[in-house]
This record gives sequence, structure tokens and C-alpha cells, in this order.
Amino acid sequence: MAGTGFKDATAIVGIGQTAFARRLPEDERTLACRAVLAALDDAGIAPGEVDAVASYTMEETDEVELAKAVGFGDLTCFAKVGYGGGGSCATVALLAAAIAAGQATVGVAWRSRKRGSGPRPWSGGTGQLPTPAQWTRPFGLLRPVDETAMLARRYMHEYGATRDHLFNVALACRNRANQNPAAVMYDRPLTREMYMTSRWISEPLCLFDNCLETDGALACVVVGRERARDCRRKPVYVHAAAQGLPAQHHGMVNYWSDDPLTGPAWTAARHLWKHADLTPDDVDVAQIYDGFTVLVPLSLEGYGFCGRGEGGAFTEQGALETGGRLPLNTGGGGLSEGYVHGFNLITEGVKQLRGTSTAQVPGAATCLVTAGESVPTSALLLRS
Amino acid sequence: MLKPVTDADGAPFWEYAARGELRVQTCGECGEPRFPPRPCCPHCRSFASEWRPLSGRGRVWSYVVAHPPLLPAYAEQAPYNVVVVEPADAPRIRLVGNLVTGAGAPLGSLDPARIRIGARVRAVFHEGLPQWVLA
Repeated sequence: MAGTGFKDATAIVGIGQTAFARRLPEDERTLACRAVLAALDDAGIAPGEVDAVASYTMEETDEVELAKAVGFGDLTCFAKVGYGGGGSCATVALLAAAIAAGQATVGVAWRSRKRGSGPRPWSGGTGQLPTPAQWTRPFGLLRPVDETAMLARRYMHEYGATRDHLFNVALACRNRANQNPAAVMYDRPLTREMYMTSRWISEPLCLFDNCLETDGALACVVVGRERARDCRRKPVYVHAAAQGLPAQHHGMVNYWSDDPLTGPAWTAARHLWKHADLTPDDVDVAQIYDGFTVLVPLSLEGYGFCGRGEGGAFTEQGALETGGRLPLNTGGGGLSEGYVHGFNLITEGVKQLRGTSTAQVPGAATCLVTAGESVPTSALLLRS
Repeated sequence: MLKPVTDADGAPFWEYAARGELRVQTCGECGEPRFPPRPCCPHCRSFASEWRPLSGRGRVWSYVVAHPPLLPAYAEQAPYNVVVVEPADAPRIRLVGNLVTGAGAPLGSLDPARIRIGARVRAVFHEGLPQWVLA
């Protein structure tokens, strides 16, 4: 999607969110409207100016309902991206591409989800996401955590990654959530003992390796760079973006490709860095999709912060903490702020580059945001 | 328990499994096995395919031990293992299944402490589903 005309051609100028909680009283459509209106207010742009929208295929509020409720103008561009949390960054990337190409001028991306109080997607009798259910579900490989734990075990076996490495990920996210009053886990510290003695969900993954189950909604507003200069907030530029669906990839049950431990992150990363003026060494802060802890070391390898098999060791010595080599998920992430299919990672990236995060990295000027690794994925490289 | 919800590409696998045979879709032109089954060969683009019998011997590539919350029929048998097996005669094909103490034994019948990556296993069948036992 990125040609010479894409780089820094657009910017995120508004972000909005509802509260995050295990249960919110309002329905998904209402939450979507609230988040979208908050994002437009943040940008100082009237709803009638919106002409493009993008969201996830799993989003329950369709663009028709949203547009007529909040009073969008005529929409000339609307798109939805598949693969659950793999589509988060792609919603912004598609809007940026459309705006850079002249197909739209003001784009809104959003996600509203009642994953906290609503049903668990795997609890239905049918398949889910891109899972080829007939080959897995009869054998009791039922949930995303089971599908991911299978890769986690193999990853730990091949490279010597340990539960302590996964704990480092969970702890960094929890520590940042403890600084963020909006986070579900704001007042709930995590210790190594709590992690090591918690109940198993799917061995080798325990309770604290799993993201939260959250009700909430978020949105952001994307415009061209000229328009961005006139908005209320400091623009956060979309420097580069990518999607990634590797050859012979099979979704979350990626056991059938030749090399299951190099997933979609590697594909997205090749495109992302090829079209960027930056390298992984230039990234000040990262928001890496953390539906499960193990996705972080896999993503650190895929996006080139370390070599293959080194993702576990990368987390040592506080590397992911404030002041570390790569501060991670500074709002608390899906593990500890709220799990809204990764959209809160995008808005947290924007907060960092505005200088308004509750765990601000001093002088942060570049941020990598990633979507779900282990499914067809996407990523954004943002800069101030 | 969930039964396989098959499609046109996958149905032959389950028909052979119902007869106690483990077979894998193989290209009718270039001979490359492929899994999961699909309409044409990603190597040579041929639409011709055949179902090649496997020996039923393999090794554990990875495994999990699932604990609740689970669907009720599975929660009753938890904790239970789910394995991914690499067949000895088609190592790039990996099959999801359960390692049990014998054909028809519950999913949780084998002590998880006995499972290792690399363990040798062989296929058995119960009510149309392949299962695996330690070889």
C-alpha cells in the first residue's frame, strides 16, 4: 500500500475512547458512537466532514448504523479488515492509503467490543476466525489460547525461552497499567509469585499470559498532512504501514507451513522497514499486540529488534520497562489496560508522540504499533 | 464432543479415518503432499490429487495441556493434552490430535508428565477420529 506518496502523507489528529471495564452498561453501538465523537472532538473536526471509515470484520456496529447515528457526511470510502486483532493497524493504514491517494479527506477508524460481558467467541459450536475447525476443534484445541500455546511450547523448546521471559512481558504491561488510571488493572500490582503460582489455562500458558476480557470502544481520526497542521492537536504522522499474510500461512493454527515460528510479523516488517526512513534502532517506544505474552517475543524477532530465537532473552534486565531498551505497551496493553482487539495500542502510540502518556517516554518521537501476530497482521510506524 | 464439520476438500480424510486409515491428500501430478486439503497444488497448480496412505508412525512436534474454561464435554475430561504430530513419512504434514493410553480412552487418560516433544507415537482410531498412543 505504501508507495512514494504514502510516507508521512497522513496523520492521526484525534483519538477517543470510552471507559474500559469487565462490564459496561451501554451496548456496542452506543459505545462506538461515543468513542468516534470523542475522537472527532479531540481533532476539532465536525462529524459531517468525515468521508471515510474503516473497522474490523468482527466489528458489530456497521458503518451504516454509525454514520446515521453520529451524522457523518457522504462516505466515499469504507472498508473492513479481517482476522480479528490482526486487522487493528490495517484500519488506519487503509484510511491513510485512501487519503494519500485522494480517495477521501477525513477518515475514522474504530473498534467497539463487549468482550468482557459478552460471549467468548470460541464458546459457540462453529469455527472462528480463519481456523480450519475440522482439523483442530474435535480434538479439544478450542480456544485462541490453545492454538497459541501450541506454538509457545515449540518456541520455548527450540530457543530455550522460559516462563520468566513471558513473565517479563506480563510484568512490564502491568507496571504501566499501574500508572494509568484508565486501565482495568490500575490498582492491581503483579508479582513473580502471583504469576508462577497462577492457574493454568493452556500449558505452557497461565492466567497472566492471557489478555483481559474487556468492554470498551476506541476511535481515531486520520487526515492529510496539510489538514493536520490546522487541527487542534499536534499531528502524529503515519510514516509507514504494512499488512502481512505470509505465503502458506494458516492463521492462528499455523502448524502447517514450513517454518511456523516465523509468522506474519516477518512479512509485515519487511514491507514496513523497506518503506521507512527509520530502522528498529530508531524506535523510541513500542506498542506490540499482546493478546498473549508469547506474541511479544515473536513480534520482537519479526520486527527486527533482535535475531531469531532471541525474543525471550531480549525481555531480560528490564528491557521492556520505562528506561529500558524498548519501553513496551505503555498504557498497559491488552494484558493490563484493556483488550479491545489492539486498538488501544494505536491510541497509546499517539499519546506517546503527543507527550501525554501516563508512562511517558521522555522525548519519544517514533513509535511502532503492531497488530496480532500469529494471524494475518498489520503494523504502523508513527512519528511526531 | 464436537464432530468434524467437513467440507468437500476435507471429506475424504474423514471417510478414510472412519475405516481406520490415515491418508493425506497428495498432488496427482508432482506428488507433493499437502495439508489441510485444498482444491489445487500450490507447487505445480495441478487440480489432480490422490489420497496417499501413511504408516501412522510419527513424532510429537508440540503439545498443550488444556484446563477450563472449556466447552462442557471437554471440561469433563480436563486437564487433557492436545498434540501436533509430524508423521514419519510426511514430516511437513502436521496433524492435531490427542495422545491417549489406548483407542477410545478419554482425552485426559495419559499423564501429561509422560509427554515430550520428539516422543514417538502411532495412530489408532476410535469412532472415526484418529488418536495417538506412545509407540
